[in-house]
Amino acid sequence: MADLKTTFLGITSPNPFWLASAPPTDKAYNVNRAFEAGWGGVVWKTLGEDPPIVNVNGPRYGAIHSNDRRVIGFNNIELITDRPLATNLAEIRQVKRDWPDRALIVSVMLPMNEQSWAKYVPMIEDTGADGLELNFGCPHGMSERGMGSAVGQVPEYIQQAAAWCKKYARVPVIVKLTPNITNILPAAKAAQDGGADAVSLINTLNSIMRVDYDALTIYPATDGKGSHGGYCGPAVKPIALHMVAEIARHRETAKLPISGIGGITDWRDAVDFLALGASTVQVCTAAMVYGFKIIDDLVDGLNTYLDSKGFASVSQLVRKAVPSVTDWQYLNLNHVDKAWIDQDLCIKCGRCYIACEDTSHQAITATVNGARHFEVIDAECVGCNLCVSVCPVEKCITMRPMTGGVDPRTGRAITREKADWTTHPNNPGRRAT
Amino acid sequence: MKDEPAKEASDVRPARLSAEQIAANFSDMHPPLTPSEAIIDADRCYFCYDAPCTRACPTGIDIPGFIQKIRSGNLKGSAHTILSENIMGGMCARVCPTEVLCEEACVRNTHEDRPVRIGLLQRYATDAVFEARTPLFARAAATGKRIAIVGGGPAGLSCAHRLAMLGHDAVVFEPKAKLGGLNEYGIAAYKTPDDFAGREVEFILGIGGIEVRNGVALGRDVTLKTLRSEYDAVFLGFGLAGVNGLGLADEKLEGVVDAVDYIAQLRQAPDKSRLPVGRRVIVIGGGMTAIDIAVQSRALGADEVTIVYRRGQEQMNASRYEQEFAQTRGVNVRTWSAPRKLSGAGGRVRAVEFEHTRLSADGKLTGTGQTYALEADVVFKAIGQNVLWERLADTAEIVALSKERIAVDAERKTSLAGVWAGGDCVAGGDDLTVSAVQDGKVAALSIDRFLKGGA
Repeated sequence: MADLKTTFLGITSPNPFWLASAPPTDKAYNVNRAFEAGWGGVVWKTLGEDPPIVNVNGPRYGAIHSNDRRVIGFNNIELITDRPLATNLAEIRQVKRDWPDRALIVSVMLPMNEQSWAKYVPMIEDTGADGLELNFGCPHGMSERGMGSAVGQVPEYIQQAAAWCKKYARVPVIVKLTPNITNILPAAKAAQDGGADAVSLINTLNSIMRVDYDALTIYPATDGKGSHGGYCGPAVKPIALHMVAEIARHRETAKLPISGIGGITDWRDAVDFLALGASTVQVCTAAMVYGFKIIDDLVDGLNTYLDSKGFASVSQLVRKAVPSVTDWQYLNLNHVDKAWIDQDLCIKCGRCYIACEDTSHQAITATVNGARHFEVIDAECVGCNLCVSVCPVEKCITMRPMTGGVDPRTGRAITREKADWTTHPNNPGRRAT
Repeated sequence: MKDEPAKEASDVRPARLSAEQIAANFSDMHPPLTPSEAIIDADRCYFCYDAPCTRACPTGIDIPGFIQKIRSGNLKGSAHTILSENIMGGMCARVCPTEVLCEEACVRNTHEDRPVRIGLLQRYATDAVFEARTPLFARAAATGKRIAIVGGGPAGLSCAHRLAMLGHDAVVFEPKAKLGGLNEYGIAAYKTPDDFAGREVEFILGIGGIEVRNGVALGRDVTLKTLRSEYDAVFLGFGLAGVNGLGLADEKLEGVVDAVDYIAQLRQAPDKSRLPVGRRVIVIGGGMTAIDIAVQSRALGADEVTIVYRRGQEQMNASRYEQEFAQTRGVNVRTWSAPRKLSGAGGRVRAVEFEHTRLSADGKLTGTGQTYALEADVVFKAIGQNVLWERLADTAEIVALSKERIAVDAERKTSLAGVWAGGDCVAGGDDLTVSAVQDGKVAALSIDRFLKGGA
């Protein structure tokens, strides 16, 4: 069995799965249950200044469901912890004492003045917590008060606050980034420049879930009104993966350790984040939807996967896919894929046909010799992967690279020579070859 | 076995079971889906291109379309999608042999050997409309044309409704007291409880423009010649009112009963526990009527019910699913046996003698010479029905026939100008409600084109 033990900024945990700072980590009761279930670490729900904030007494959560009521997107307007600071600090101290082998990070959100950091950081550190995570990400509520994503959207503020925190902290400092920006790199760079030891991402996305079709108001609503909330869950994973990979593959930020967050539900999602540059992963929505027991599949699945790939530890998987992420301009334009339909697996629903026929390249048959039969027409197929995406049967349609001969669509011979946009004749700004 | 007269007294009496037990036995064969079940099953639909289920539906209902509307919470739209192709979509959801139609074609069978439950979803979508009495169809501007509809069963009502939608007036002539045909008098009671047949007829008539004349039989009270001269077009949908006999002596013995007559009586009985039921029941035949009378006899409390069919189970007209349903309800099925002799005592049937059969080398059904006898208190004849030709006796011109039924073309036109036909009385059909509805719809569209000068 592979060793799932993870060391992140010198903080060890028996596995790379941490619960993200969120409702599941607001109290010792929940955190103890999580550790009993097997979670490797916890980022305690964000602490702020006393007196504590208050939450609404109406709905805090909304969801987008698949038709079988699986939660695929989730949003919340809950603020940071609404319990007194002293209560949280006492519980953190006790939990860390009871679970010395688990990672216990404390999330913190403070105003943009040095005195606050000078006052609170030592108090939090005194609990024995392993590290701090700075919440520069929450897009709702706190951002209206100049904190959360209001900080994370301005690189200068990120750098300043990170620097203040580092000035008063001895434990490692992680900056949690907001995705509510156009480019993650300046934010990550600012955290690094402010002295942060690592970044975690993503926090949630600004979102409105829907309207109430009867009342014609925003839904969910508190007394007829609602506010945008933070969006998360499986639906946001691709956004998170992109941002993680951007940080991991760019020279200035490539060495910055990353804790990956965003829609992780099963072990495969964790593999995505780890291979694209994260060293640990954080989970919230899946735990809120299914309970802490999902850790069994996360741990067991990752272990089995590492074994199957011959990796002895998680660290051997980290960054494995990063070199494969590049800019569009460097994609090999000489490579030719064609879709291929496995007739033994095909159930003849025809969705590949109608998707291709209506919206793409008319490259799939509906009938052959009068019989219902779906087959790729290589002379029309551009290899776009739409049919693969819409087919309800896994692995029924696959993309197959052409390795020789002539592409029947273009009439061009297949070559092993690579050629990309930077040298393409149609590119007005092409480089000479 | 020996052919001896039965020694026990004949045992035919009502109330073999308690009224509560009988009510339970006649409750819904397939209870409706709950909203949760409907959403889950609707989600299983792949929304196929040129959907095989739609192709397998005799009325061509856009099945992925109506299921998508269930999924999106648009039940009214879903019902409209169903009923605009099949105005009896509610009844068909209950009685269609979906296992050999839409659900057999479902691609989920290939994927996981379990189709989307299309029939139950169709019922889910249409039940809501019938419960709320939501009007879904309006009439086009009146054309002033009048069409005579002979027979108020599925074919006739479907034709009348479509004609009414198109702005024509329809006059339905029905010999029986109620409309609905076999939906009202024939289909097994547990498939259509709570007077669904009646409620569906009410919904269909609700569109307006359909006049009903009950107690009027073609050939007895009115002639085709008169109808052709007084109406702009005529649609014949009078079904199969004649019942085939066994061709044996002593068929008049008491206790030898036409299954369709008994089922009609059962369907109309206000209290089923008052119906006389035999202790030992023999059903001769292999179609849906045989299954229905056998299962309902069991439901009424018959101890031993045996379907006897002259060929094998594969050749039975009833689907395998229906055969198995009957068997789980305690019905015995004996095959390769042809009735040869009815024997009775005191004017009542007591036993039937059967001869074993087989297929000869040239593929013909022949007796083996071996016989056996089964004792019976009641013998039901369920070996098919036929067109009651008296209906057309007074017709000056003779309508062309094919295989003892009325010949029609693809538009359901008969050989007589201005006369269309559909349902069980025409040749080439499969005797299903859904096909009768399609006949009526196709004929109405053809009549409409004809009346507007296009055909």
